Amino acid sequence: MTLYAALGAVEQGLVYGIMVIGVYLTFRILDFPDLTVDGSLPLGAAISAVAITSGIDPYLSLLLAACGGFAAGMVTAFLNTKFKILHLLASILTMIALYSINIRIMSGPNVALLGVDTVFDSVINLGVPAHYAGLVVFGGLAACVLIFIIWFLSTEIGQAILATGDNPQMIRSLGVNTDVIIIMGVGLSNALVALSGALVAQNQGAADVGMGIGTIVAGLASVIIGETVFGCTTMARAFIAALLGSIVYRLAIALALGLELGGFRFNPSDLNLITALLVITALITPNLKKRFIKR
Amino acid sequence: MITLENITKHFHKGSVNEVLALDSINLNIAEGDFVTVIGSNGAGKSTLLNCIAGGFFPDTGTLTIAKNNVTGWPEHKRASLIARVFQDPLLGTCPDATLEQNMALASLRGKRRGFARGVKAKDRIRFRAELKKLSLGLDERLLDKVGLLSGGQRQALTMLMATMIKPEVLLLDEHIAALDPKTASQILHLTQEIVVSQKLTTLMITHNMKHAISFGNRLIMLHQGRVLFDVQGDAKKNLTVKDLLEQFYKAQGEELAMDSMLLS
Repeated sequence: MTLYAALGAVEQGLVYGIMVIGVYLTFRILDFPDLTVDGSLPLGAAISAVAITSGIDPYLSLLLAACGGFAAGMVTAFLNTKFKILHLLASILTMIALYSINIRIMSGPNVALLGVDTVFDSVINLGVPAHYAGLVVFGGLAACVLIFIIWFLSTEIGQAILATGDNPQMIRSLGVNTDVIIIMGVGLSNALVALSGALVAQNQGAADVGMGIGTIVAGLASVIIGETVFGCTTMARAFIAALLGSIVYRLAIALALGLELGGFRFNPSDLNLITALLVITALITPNLKKRFIKR
Repeated sequence: MITLENITKHFHKGSVNEVLALDSINLNIAEGDFVTVIGSNGAGKSTLLNCIAGGFFPDTGTLTIAKNNVTGWPEHKRASLIARVFQDPLLGTCPDATLEQNMALASLRGKRRGFARGVKAKDRIRFRAELKKLSLGLDERLLDKVGLLSGGQRQALTMLMATMIKPEVLLLDEHIAALDPKTASQILHLTQEIVVSQKLTTLMITHNMKHAISFGNRLIMLHQGRVLFDVQGDAKKNLTVKDLLEQFYKAQGEELAMDSMLLS
């Protein structure tokens, strides 16, 4: 793998890492497997792209995207908590609905961001070389998100969120409305996912309705890799591990795609297979370790 | 303090599994009463406590706690008045949170939660002092995850957490039933100590008739969702296990008589 490819993978790892932090919040903290993300990632991209092409500041467009994602997550959580629809099903319903909504927002299946200023231009204008602009923006924002989420979860409300995932009966009997907490938590998670989508769109110069496919799988793969490699003993460590897991995941994908065995090469379309194998490896490693240590 | 007026609750209403869990219960519990609740399985003991706590809404009737009509209040809203300890020691605490985080959660029972730090430095000193009173060595383990504690330790912690803010009503749902006899007796004495020193209005479900007699100032026996037997004060002090069993068999006898009438 060339240095250029490695830098690209780290960049991808950081930008999708913001999404992974969101996935960790629902999947592990709230114990709410949420597939809305496959729809809220392109939702963020669509909102940001349309906002920028209509002349809105690219940073402000990130905020709008996050708000859109928050709303999408709230819908899923609302369906689950108030109408008792199974969380997986509720999130699939929102995801499917978002497909149509995203096309409505963009008035078509995609929007190109050609010849308009993005968040990267403001960094380049500060004198950062163009090929590092992505790293700086994504690294900076991922770090901010990480600090925010760790701070937020250590507040009184944040502690109630942790407890809701851990022992809902207990926290209800301590006076917390768990429905509100779940709606807020899933909303926040999807806000982060949409923010990630908005950044991806600005980075690749287009928003596309199909760009969200497989988001949840990549997110879960990163979460599991992060936990296996970096551990999750404390809440702060777990979130840092999720972000690092995302980087490792993208590096592993880049490595696999660059692999050449005789005449054999992986195609980009083999990505899903590679992801599945990665997740399986990460999941069975602890088991295998135990077995070998026993013998 | 607590008034139940004509409270009725059916489960699975309209299906073949319909059960009448609470059958027009009328009960008036005075402030500072320590009521022990007994009855066979399915008598409605846990349903009664759950009804007071807001786990479900009754089909009919009115529930008043500390002059508030709480009949329509959801569970989390009633938490400002009620503290609970469950039978399962795992239900009262968060296993993945530390001792101090659990205590911080409990110290905000029924209060607004904001963006202040979850565990504050001044809390830690208070938590340590409170834990020291249990003399279980937990005061040195504020940063340990609660999942590492034994069932008895967790239940002791839950008792402490339930009473960190003085509740109007303390509900104990067979809170020692899942513990070994020695630990159970420790927790029971801790309960007695806390209830008496804080003068808490308490309902305690127990399967142990001796405990039901020796603890508290009032005893009620439930049977098929009705209050079968209600005794307090001196009458309760002079109660024996034999008296209770007689009451119990009398109720069952009626049931048998009804069955034999149906079958004859």
